[in-house]
Amino acid sequence: MTYQTDKTNKKALTGGAAAAEALRQINPDVMPVYPITPQTPIIETFAKMVADGEADTEIIDVESEHSAMSAAVGAQAAGTRAMTASSSQGIMLMSEVLPIAAGMRLPILMLVSTRALSAPINIHGDHQDVMFVRDSGWIQIFCENVQEVYDNTFIALRLAEKVRLPAMVIMDGFTTSHSVENLEILENSVVKKFIGEYNPKNYLLDFEDPKTFGPVALPNFYFEFKRAQIEATDGVIGEIGEIFGEYEKISGRNYDVLESYQLDDAEKAIVVAGSTAGTAKVAVDELREQREKVGLLKIKLFRPFPYEQITEALKNVKKIAVFDRTVSLGSIPPLYSEIKNSLFSILNSQFSIQSYIYGLGGREIFKDDIKKVFEDDQKGREIKYIGLK
Amino acid sequence: MVPREGDIKYLVFYLEIGLCGPISFWISLWYNCFVKLDKKIFEIIFHARGGQGAKTAAEILAQAALHEQKFVQAFPDFGPERTGAPIRTYVRISDEPIKTHEPVVDPDVVVILDETLLGIVDATKNLDENESMIVNTTSDRETVKQKTGYIGNIYPIDATGLSLEIIGEPRPNTAVLGKLVKVTEIVKLENVVDVFREKYTGKIGAEKTEKNVQAIEKAYDSL
Repeated sequence: MTYQTDKTNKKALTGGAAAAEALRQINPDVMPVYPITPQTPIIETFAKMVADGEADTEIIDVESEHSAMSAAVGAQAAGTRAMTASSSQGIMLMSEVLPIAAGMRLPILMLVSTRALSAPINIHGDHQDVMFVRDSGWIQIFCENVQEVYDNTFIALRLAEKVRLPAMVIMDGFTTSHSVENLEILENSVVKKFIGEYNPKNYLLDFEDPKTFGPVALPNFYFEFKRAQIEATDGVIGEIGEIFGEYEKISGRNYDVLESYQLDDAEKAIVVAGSTAGTAKVAVDELREQREKVGLLKIKLFRPFPYEQITEALKNVKKIAVFDRTVSLGSIPPLYSEIKNSLFSILNSQFSIQSYIYGLGGREIFKDDIKKVFEDDQKGREIKYIGLK
Repeated sequence: MVPREGDIKYLVFYLEIGLCGPISFWISLWYNCFVKLDKKIFEIIFHARGGQGAKTAAEILAQAALHEQKFVQAFPDFGPERTGAPIRTYVRISDEPIKTHEPVVDPDVVVILDETLLGIVDATKNLDENESMIVNTTSDRETVKQKTGYIGNIYPIDATGLSLEIIGEPRPNTAVLGKLVKVTEIVKLENVVDVFREKYTGKIGAEKTEKNVQAIEKAYDSL
């Protein structure tokens, strides 16, 4: 539902409609779509805008989410801006293609309205779907409210195209996607200028300098491809600050990879991502009125995970409560796990621990390589590679 | 929000008998006078059945409040709308930005769009006696009171009858808005009507839109 008050940029929209509004202003070249609750309002609203001539995106009605992501990969590889949207089982069905998009370094944008996973069947919001694909190589940005859905869509697009990686903008199913909230929108021309033209470095339809995407890489090269992708993903945190800064100049809204709320002198803190951060802020406000030293850390960027910033933000907190809206069956929940990782560096640990990545793509590992790790001083990078050329 | 009459009564009551009372008196005095009065967000719950347009009514109200530069939220607590199933829709209106995303738990007003829900859903939960319940019904206040046991302000309105008479279709959701605005004064009637015209003229045509507007206005005047 869209309704604009006279001569202002203030609207009241659902998260789904706000995402569609952002898509209208971006005007992507190609959008392969397949409906699923609670994402459908995004593509439905946007398809209407295209039908009404407000955007000239080529919408492709595909037969499944697997095809939606495959078509997005093809379109983006060809040199266009391709986007899609999904939820839950749809993301599961896409999951085969998600690492392909990331491995081919295609900055596809996907709007996600989160939803629980079957079985039992459930259409409501939790974070199981996006957490399931957290290692697929996609940038993941969580949104607290409708305004952030709108803003993050532009920020994620800029970021994705800068680092050449795909990105998910994540809103909570129903709580954000179907809730009408206040929203300030930007002028079309301001958005156009902020996102700029898409000028891919490598693309399929480059007849002057032909290239291939996603060819076979056997044990002799696969590992190096992945290392390059790891570096690119880690590089996101270095690039995002400048984009946040530019966005603040055009919108007045200041964002970061995380948001510290009443955290400066907090002895106890909640760590949470998504719409619950808003509710938790009210809880913090009420406890602060009773002079309780409580605070909140909101995670916006989940992939790549901003370990250093989080360590810094939580270093003086004595008691931490980590909220996961998901499960990791057979393990501890993912956000909790990441927060524990972040805090490890400031614990007075009795032991030293080091991560080694080895054997990707069938790269051999030898006994002598294994013996060497016992001699490693375990200084420097937290993650090291064995057998990388 | 301005202090409500009920809260002032509390204050006077406690001042009269609570001066030398136990500490719990002072805590509840502080709570009733400051915490409750400090509640800046006006909250509404619509109880209806899927298909009756409660979500639409909530969104129109939110848009009207936006028109008055307010901060708003309007959201359903159901997933896909199942026709005929009991559903709830929430509205928040505030002068300050709204951060919370919890469902409304302590409404200022409850609207019942379908009277067969009385006795099925716990509509009066956390509804204090100085707050209000608006019911789409042909019954009178006393009957609703007996059915619900609610001793606060009850405003019965035959919104279905009104819409059948004026629009020629059972559309209690638009008519009931008129009553809601009259009772709460949370937004101006003219803004509700403006939003309705803006949103629906293109969809249902000018004639039907004006009939809906008439139903809203008639419900507004029907106290």
